[in-house]
Amino acid sequence: MGLSVEVTDSRNVLVVRLAGELDHHTAEKVRNEIDEKLTTGLYTNLVFNLSGLTFMDSSGLGVLLGRYKRVSQLGGNMILCAVNPSIYRLMELSGLFKILPIYQSEQSALQACGVTL
Amino acid sequence: MKKVHSNYMELKFPSRSENESFARVAVASFVSQLDPTMEELTDIKTVVSEAVTNAVIHGYEEREDGIITIRTEIEGSRVFIEIRDEGVGIRDIDQARQPLFTSKPELERSGMGFTIMENFMDEVEIISEPGRGTTVRMVKNLKTPHRTMAN
Repeated sequence: MGLSVEVTDSRNVLVVRLAGELDHHTAEKVRNEIDEKLTTGLYTNLVFNLSGLTFMDSSGLGVLLGRYKRVSQLGGNMILCAVNPSIYRLMELSGLFKILPIYQSEQSALQACGVTL
Repeated sequence: MKKVHSNYMELKFPSRSENESFARVAVASFVSQLDPTMEELTDIKTVVSEAVTNAVIHGYEEREDGIITIRTEIEGSRVFIEIRDEGVGIRDIDQARQPLFTSKPELERSGMGFTIMENFMDEVEIISEPGRGTTVRMVKNLKTPHRTMAN
């Protein structure tokens, strides 16, 4: 269990792939790794690939909303992709899709950020 | 008349954040004897995670020496879960239950914990007294026809 955080990039898009369980205990690791990258000033957009995420609770929502605020301040966009059904339900209940767009795949999310592959 | 299958378990553990995953997995594993759907099991894992996280962050304010107690009872297709701490308690329960309300916005809390509990469970009761602690009692009636270990 636990959580693995894989960070990669494509031009000005920071891509974060999460696998495992995102809760209060694992939230800090995600927050630190992403904020460290955002601080470099190289990125304006953020894509979360959640295909490997098997569990998330409201602590995870807090992390996503916190990163959304940061990226918005940078004038960029944040996009979610490959969300599994149980996590989708939690996000829907929380009204997250009112502010965050969601795509089927990482490729389509990158295209939405203007990256042509 | 066929006897209704009933069973219970109780857990006590310190208020350390790494126990959040242990707690939800332990409760889900106990409830598995009712053969719930994946969705029901995810609901239960999520609400246990919410209540235990509340105890860690708010009840004990991230002190690691608090005691969290969980009691889970099953009776037929009904699941009862009680999560108790002896922490600081909640001054205004109605306010705490409001969607998006959080007493700790600086910690990036979403304020959705109780809303999620209310949506994923059939009954949610919060009993709290400042300085004495908080008890959350939740009930979920499993919808699916179930097999039990008894048969």
